[in-house]
Amino acid sequence: MAKSLEIQDLWVSHDGKMILKGVNLSLPLGEVHALMGPNGAGKSTLGKVIAGDQAYTVERGRVLLNGEDITGLEPDERARKGLFLAFQYPLEVPGVSIANFLRLALKERLGRDVPVTEFYARLQEGLKTLEWDEEVLGRYLNEGFSGGEKKRNEILQLLVLRPQVAILDETDSGLDIDALKVVARGVNSMRGPEFSALVITHYQRLLNYIVPDVVHVMMDGRVVKTGGPELALELEARGYDWLKEEVAHAGGS
Amino acid sequence: MPEDLKHVADDYQWGFKDDVEPELALKGLTPETVKRISEAKGEPAWMTEFRLKALEIFYKLPMPKWGPDLTALERQLDDFFYYVKPPSKGVADRWEDVPEEIKRTYERLGIPEAERKVLAGVGAQYDSEMVYHKIKEELEKKGVIYVSIEEGLREYEEIFRKYFAKIVPPSDNKFAALNSAVWSGGSFVYVPPGVEVDVPLQAYFRVNTAGFGQFERTLIIVDEGAKVHYIEGCTAPLYTTEALHTGVIEIYVHKNANSRYTTIQNWPTNMYNLVTQRAVVEEGAYHMWLDGNLGSKVTMKYPSSILKGRGARAEVLSIAFAKSGQHLDTGAKLIHLAEDTSGSIVSKSISKGDGRASYRGLVKVNRNAERAKANVECDALLIDTESKTDTYPYMEIENETAQIGHEATVSRLADDQIFYLQTRGLPEDEAAALIVRGFIEPVAKALPLEFAVELNRLIELEMEGSVG
Repeated sequence: MAKSLEIQDLWVSHDGKMILKGVNLSLPLGEVHALMGPNGAGKSTLGKVIAGDQAYTVERGRVLLNGEDITGLEPDERARKGLFLAFQYPLEVPGVSIANFLRLALKERLGRDVPVTEFYARLQEGLKTLEWDEEVLGRYLNEGFSGGEKKRNEILQLLVLRPQVAILDETDSGLDIDALKVVARGVNSMRGPEFSALVITHYQRLLNYIVPDVVHVMMDGRVVKTGGPELALELEARGYDWLKEEVAHAGGS
Repeated sequence: MPEDLKHVADDYQWGFKDDVEPELALKGLTPETVKRISEAKGEPAWMTEFRLKALEIFYKLPMPKWGPDLTALERQLDDFFYYVKPPSKGVADRWEDVPEEIKRTYERLGIPEAERKVLAGVGAQYDSEMVYHKIKEELEKKGVIYVSIEEGLREYEEIFRKYFAKIVPPSDNKFAALNSAVWSGGSFVYVPPGVEVDVPLQAYFRVNTAGFGQFERTLIIVDEGAKVHYIEGCTAPLYTTEALHTGVIEIYVHKNANSRYTTIQNWPTNMYNLVTQRAVVEEGAYHMWLDGNLGSKVTMKYPSSILKGRGARAEVLSIAFAKSGQHLDTGAKLIHLAEDTSGSIVSKSISKGDGRASYRGLVKVNRNAERAKANVECDALLIDTESKTDTYPYMEIENETAQIGHEATVSRLADDQIFYLQTRGLPEDEAAALIVRGFIEPVAKALPLEFAVELNRLIELEMEGSVG
């Protein structure tokens, strides 16, 4: 199967400190993978580096999108190639309405002018999936939004821009169960042979609603274990300590 | 053109020079200059005397020391041309009658086209004199007067004299005194009781002569229950020598009238722009100042509203965009003299490169102004680490029933905001421009469409290559 996103031996530092220490990960087209791990494992850093955040320095390794090395590309170039990052903490941009912003973004994503009818069709579909009132489109981007609204807005952007690869960085954090279900429904509606996602989460809870094909576990800057959906349940039941020991043991052998 | 001005010229769209030889040019600031201006205009004796007295006041008053540095200007004051009369047979009311070279300039600026499409009347000033003035016939029939200030004095002396220099007397400040001595050009507007002018009147100010000072004087009287919106726009070619623009704008808004004054100044960055704008707002009336300061080397401008009658209201929306080499010291004044008056100031400034935008404002509530309300919001956005902003909000509240709000924020264009927008496909420059546009949105949405478009174009131009 075609590798949609591939991370090869990725080493990344920030302020002189090495955070990613040789990450390897393959995300084939059409699959949804979960990326789990304890706090400070480097999950969010990986998400940001894949999206092109220049606050981090890539010391070694590559990020490939559909076989193309995108390691040196600007974030917007990556986005136009079909990459999307749903932020853990979405930023507020006062004075810019969601509708205006998404119109600009969709134009960039598709590389052409977007007729109003096409744009609104996408918006309406997204709003319906997320059970959101049209009134939100006139609000300024994330300004004064609750934590839950911000997350929902990330998924609205996902549904309108329809990327090929989405990275969801702790989209579940701060959501109550109803909001979580709505967000999961949004992501699931994107699932299909032309879409893949990397779902970064600390907890198994989200994975009850977005059932992953594969689960990766990160610890101390590396992917230390890869398995099926049952791995997430095992982590939920047993915590991360047993895995730490296993990794230490493997490292020592 | 020297190297250091080149990049400015590239960015400044209106920097072309027109090939026009003036009929009369008076250099240096002397009683002789003042007399010759008055003579050239064929003014009544009282005006000549008024001018000469104002010149004396100008000599006496000190240069303002509390704001931007004006020492370079002070040294040059004797070298400016104080009156430059373009070749013309007077003020035309058909574009065909405007001299060919001057007409071409206004065509390049799109004025005749805008007049046909969206304006109720147009005035065009070229250096010292108005060269064109025209108002739509149906307004003229309703008694609306929109003529050059000279014609206002000539044809409507009685009304003129009742208001002229009563709102901004020459002694108000050094530059008001200067303007009073050498004023030339500007508009005279009178809207009769109950007449509503629904589309804007626009005046367009163009400076062409190098080393020139433009001193237009505008007097607007909005009679009871009447309504008007006046817009002024300003551009000039870019010279290596500095230039001076010192206008005085007086507006009288009578009972229950509604008036709005929009300025978009985009002078080149060698212009000193020192303007006094003041409105008196009577009972139940409303006045809005919409003030856009994009150009100039130094601007000092604090549109004032004197809330004189009970329940009078004033609003000020202000945008300043200070780029490298510019110091824009702008703000507003609200003077509450009567009960139940209310005022609001919203100021948005952007500083880029080593540009400096300052907010300077005054809210004054008189002892008798029961239940006055005023709200001030000033937000500053800094684009670069060396960009500067400062805020000087003065409050003089003499009545304890007043409700006064003040809020000020300073933010810097943030990398993480830009990154966020980039991950949605927007290139870095465009992301930065979008953030800047969003920042000024609350003010920009009140702008006439063509100015909003122009402002967006300017922001995009300025944000190109500005980050990263």
